[in-house]
Amino acid sequence: MFKIAYYPGCSGQGTSLEYDSSTRAVCKALDVELVDIPDWSCCGSTPAHTVNHVLSAALSARNLAQVEVMGMDKVTTPCPSCLTNLRTAAHKMEDPGFRTKANALLDVPCNGNVDAQSVLQVLTEHVDLELIKSKVVKPLTGIKIACYYGCIMNRPPELMRFDHHENPMAMDNLMTALGAEVVPFALKVECCGASYGIPRNDIVTRLSGKLLDAGRDVGADAFVTACPLCQMNLDLRQGQINHALHEKFKIPVFYYTQLLGYALGLDRAVLGFEKLCVDPRLALGKIKQPAQAR
Amino acid sequence: MQIFDLATADLEFVAEVEARSHQKIRTCYQCGNCTAGCPYTFAYDYSVSQIMRLIQTGQKEAVLKSRSLWLCGSCQSCTTRCPNKIDVALVMDVCRHMAREAGYATERSVKIFADSFLASVERHGRAYELGLMAAYMTRSGRVFTDVDLAPQALMRGKLPFKPHQIQGREQVARIFERFRKGGDNV
Ligand code: SF4
Ligand code: SF4
Repeated sequence: MFKIAYYPGCSGQGTSLEYDSSTRAVCKALDVELVDIPDWSCCGSTPAHTVNHVLSAALSARNLAQVEVMGMDKVTTPCPSCLTNLRTAAHKMEDPGFRTKANALLDVPCNGNVDAQSVLQVLTEHVDLELIKSKVVKPLTGIKIACYYGCIMNRPPELMRFDHHENPMAMDNLMTALGAEVVPFALKVECCGASYGIPRNDIVTRLSGKLLDAGRDVGADAFVTACPLCQMNLDLRQGQINHALHEKFKIPVFYYTQLLGYALGLDRAVLGFEKLCVDPRLALGKIKQPAQAR
Repeated sequence: MQIFDLATADLEFVAEVEARSHQKIRTCYQCGNCTAGCPYTFAYDYSVSQIMRLIQTGQKEAVLKSRSLWLCGSCQSCTTRCPNKIDVALVMDVCRHMAREAGYATERSVKIFADSFLASVERHGRAYELGLMAAYMTRSGRVFTDVDLAPQALMRGKLPFKPHQIQGREQVARIFERFRKGGDNV
């Protein structure tokens, strides 16, 4: 049993409920114990770091301090944006001058000795792929998948220190192990338009449209992603994209934890397929049913 | 194409960007790698390598008034690919801080979105989407393009009507309060 503090992130309570619930379920099934940070708060997301780095670090550090109070030194989050903020805060706070300034904003000071990892990294580095394979009851044979990592899960490499910054393979390897066919997808780490959906929708429809187009070109039945913002831009906004670009995309965008949970035979309710906007049934229907033992 | 005269270089500006970002802007040799990988170039007024050059040549006004600063998605492609190990995305971030402080906001909707988001966090301790959308519409006077998405999100239980109130929300509010009083937060 691998035990680690868990930071769900704000989107896990709203726009990515199914990511949070499927993450919790697969971790449990794979013997990774997630211990919720009590009373965690928002990491400040992109807005905070575009306003000021001390403010941004303090918002993240309030949570890192809670992890220290828990007597733990490792935290995991499903969200790459939260992850970047937590890691950046911890990194910046190695500098005593910066740490003093950030702690001056906090009630409870933070030493910054907490290491933050994505759930994908935890599942890659602390769970044996062979073990995952051995637990597969519904192999994903027959479905073609484009693995989309988003821009900041692995970049910049000096900060993120996980997988490859131009050609990450963690989800590819996982999906292959589950029996899916992974299609070659060149835009793995391209940006989807990030949080500009509201202020500059045109940017998101263009950048996310490019991703959907590239996925369709290589014959993907579906995307898998590890980022709530990427998922929202590609899935919830697919209608907007179709409208803006005069397209007819109809490609479901799964969280990798949903398909992992499916393959492990977990309860459908926690996987939350019904929360996806683009109907996933056609894509799921490509998965060959295992031959019934007679 | 605007013409810039090197004689008008504001060297204090160059020094300030270097000090606040801890990056050696002078080592940029204009290879264009950052621009080549930047997905936002189509929307920028100055490409990211042009911004770097404008900083080098001390063109403070042009940099701080640039729309590009506000449109950068912090995707880290430039930082990852710069052959001189300049954290270019960080430089963009720092210039946006300076633009804010100087009172510029050439992409007003982006600034209002960020402000509304942070106001929501200050109030509840966590981001609250519906409140954020309402605040954004009020401040920007824009009915945003996402009205069409709200029913879909609501139907799937993805837009909670009530904010998640956390016990520590006053602690979070104090972070903002102290920050505003601070002054020495660079
Ligand atoms: S990649 Fe680096 S050296 Fe090349 S233009 Fe951009 S900042 Fe300058
Ligand atoms: S971080 Fe900003 S400037 Fe750099 S490549 Fe990404 S969008 Fe362009």
